Amino acid sequence: MKFTPLFLGALAMGISTAPFAQTTTLTIATVNNGDMVRMQGLTADFTTANPDIALQWVTLEENVLRERVTTDVATKGGQFDVMTIGTYEVPIWAKNGWLVPLDNLGADYDVDDLLPAIRGGLSMDGKLYAAPFYGESSFVMYRTDLMEKAGLTMPDAPTWDFIAEAARAMTDRANDINGICLRGKAGWGENTAFITAMSNSFGARWFDETWHPQFDQPEWKNTLQFYVDLMTEAGPVGASSNGFNENLTLFQQGKCGMWIDATVAASFVTNPAESTVADKVGFALAPDTGMGKRGNWLWAWSLAIPAGSQKVEAAEKFIAWATSKAYLEIVAAKEGWANVPPGTRTSLYANPEYQAAAPFAKMTLESINAADPNSPTVKPVPYTGVQFVAIPEFQGLGTTVGQIFSAALAGQTSVDDALAQAQQAADREMQAGGYY
Amino acid sequence: MARAVTPARKAGMTILAWLVALLIFFPILYTIITSFKTEGEAAAGFSLIPSGTIESYIEVFSQRDYFKPFFNSVIISVGSTILALLVAVPAAWAMAFSPTKRTRDVLMWMLSTKMMPAAGVLVPMYLIFLNTGMLDKLHGLVLILTLVNLPIVVWMLYTYFKEIPVDILEAARMDGATLPKELIYVLLPMAVPGIASTLLLNIILAWNEAFWTIRLTAVEAAPLTAFIASFSSPQGQFLAKLSAASTLAIAPILLLGWFSQKQLVRGLTFGAVK
Repeated sequence: MKFTPLFLGALAMGISTAPFAQTTTLTIATVNNGDMVRMQGLTADFTTANPDIALQWVTLEENVLRERVTTDVATKGGQFDVMTIGTYEVPIWAKNGWLVPLDNLGADYDVDDLLPAIRGGLSMDGKLYAAPFYGESSFVMYRTDLMEKAGLTMPDAPTWDFIAEAARAMTDRANDINGICLRGKAGWGENTAFITAMSNSFGARWFDETWHPQFDQPEWKNTLQFYVDLMTEAGPVGASSNGFNENLTLFQQGKCGMWIDATVAASFVTNPAESTVADKVGFALAPDTGMGKRGNWLWAWSLAIPAGSQKVEAAEKFIAWATSKAYLEIVAAKEGWANVPPGTRTSLYANPEYQAAAPFAKMTLESINAADPNSPTVKPVPYTGVQFVAIPEFQGLGTTVGQIFSAALAGQTSVDDALAQAQQAADREMQAGGYY
Repeated sequence: MARAVTPARKAGMTILAWLVALLIFFPILYTIITSFKTEGEAAAGFSLIPSGTIESYIEVFSQRDYFKPFFNSVIISVGSTILALLVAVPAAWAMAFSPTKRTRDVLMWMLSTKMMPAAGVLVPMYLIFLNTGMLDKLHGLVLILTLVNLPIVVWMLYTYFKEIPVDILEAARMDGATLPKELIYVLLPMAVPGIASTLLLNIILAWNEAFWTIRLTAVEAAPLTAFIASFSSPQGQFLAKLSAASTLAIAPILLLGWFSQKQLVRGLTFGAVK
């Protein structure tokens, strides 16, 4: 074999570049939803631009994901290089020193373009600890035809009294139409999230400034009584087992006059391929009682890097790509503007193409902006979080309280008894946690 | 005197048996039916008539790799079963044929470990796996599933071995059989139906084990249970896709059960009639 200079040159290049051609494999833990699945299908764009980084996905059910990443980050397991976490985890984990601050997302990342409410929920002491992949609030989705039939007009910013009046007017039991569908399934991320956000608009709060539970206060009685009465008179049968997906199905089948839930549901209920009422849906802000807070929440599935990760640089590159403005354009080019992950960037809502593709865009933005995780309630509180309390005890306590409220909705216990039980459970938990 | 079985009674019992079988099998049947529905049909409520679409299967195959978790499931279930049998056969032999006054207590203690909720030892187990480098490794899962199912395997084998007359083993010993020979050439051939059914049951248990297999794996060792779990969605309809993923995951074990049912029944009724 003749060694030509060209061959030798190529060999030398191969040897010299070999150490740099090493591939860093990022393992990304994520939840199964449409936006995340779409991202997995579009990663070729990232890996082509970053041939030295390979991506591995671990997709898990939401609760299992939460348990897995919590165990991993708490034990410094190092199984995941990028974790999908929510606005509940970020402040707690950042405080524990479990997350890498995202200071190096690149000059063109434009961190100031992130929606202020979402950015605030993912930051601690001014530092961003997770980058939002998609964000959501909650708002009212209603049937325009049923509202018209009831002789009512939905204002952009309704009150709870109007919602109750409309729900009763739209209820038509003979035709299987319920005036309103709300979450009743027990769980801190299900009914507790909804009722907590609702309670904010009634002036209630979980804890006072000294961490004492407040379920024995009249604001909570007003909230829960209103919720139970409304659902009893105008809600679906068996509402205590309805969560997001159950209500989505009911609404899409035309069985709900109104549904107050995540803004992300707007794209599902207006999709003619899934929804029988796609062209008859209107949107309004979550209701209030005139006390200065609305009953909407704030949530963002976000990407974060666990502290101690050996692949921080590659993980930052990936997060910067997945949560960038450029990523939104990639999705828009391949799947249309209606399919871009919503609720993270101000520029998206100024984009006329997005506004045209998503008729709910304006209301979504206003809903997100109406939620303030750092000042969620009418009265002062020592915690952050709109539909949750960002303390480690909340997952367990929130689910316990959710079970009690679900039982009240099912008629197994009275509102007064339910609140007394919730007060007792919260008091026990906070004492055990050493809060007072 | 045995009661005469009239044709009417026989027909009645047959219908009852079929009804019970259908009742037990119904959740699996409905999962298979749902997998051939659209997401809209699956969410619409109870219906036994699917539209026959295979869009969920196409989605499942396009979103995830099926074969890697499938082979992981095969390795984990077969590996843990073989390892469990290697430990359990001598253990059950000792307890069945050379019992001491503490044998019963040991058996009860082994069974009692099954009564502990797995979640209670999750963090210590996770740390052990982390510090020994067994996280997301097939050998780690083989080991833990062996330990999880070992009490049941020992109990089943112990019960089968107790049915074998000890005189036969003593006769073998008198003929000069060493302990390994006694085990391999005398005991095991006689206990084949029992061992076969234990083996099959253990494979099924290991195949379906979801708590540890989901929590101690990520990418490399994730079996079909993790594959199914990945299709559950907090927001958006997923029942048809989840059913398709479940059908794909249970199909191999259903086929195994179907083809080995004779062996299973023989094993489960072993020693019932002396």
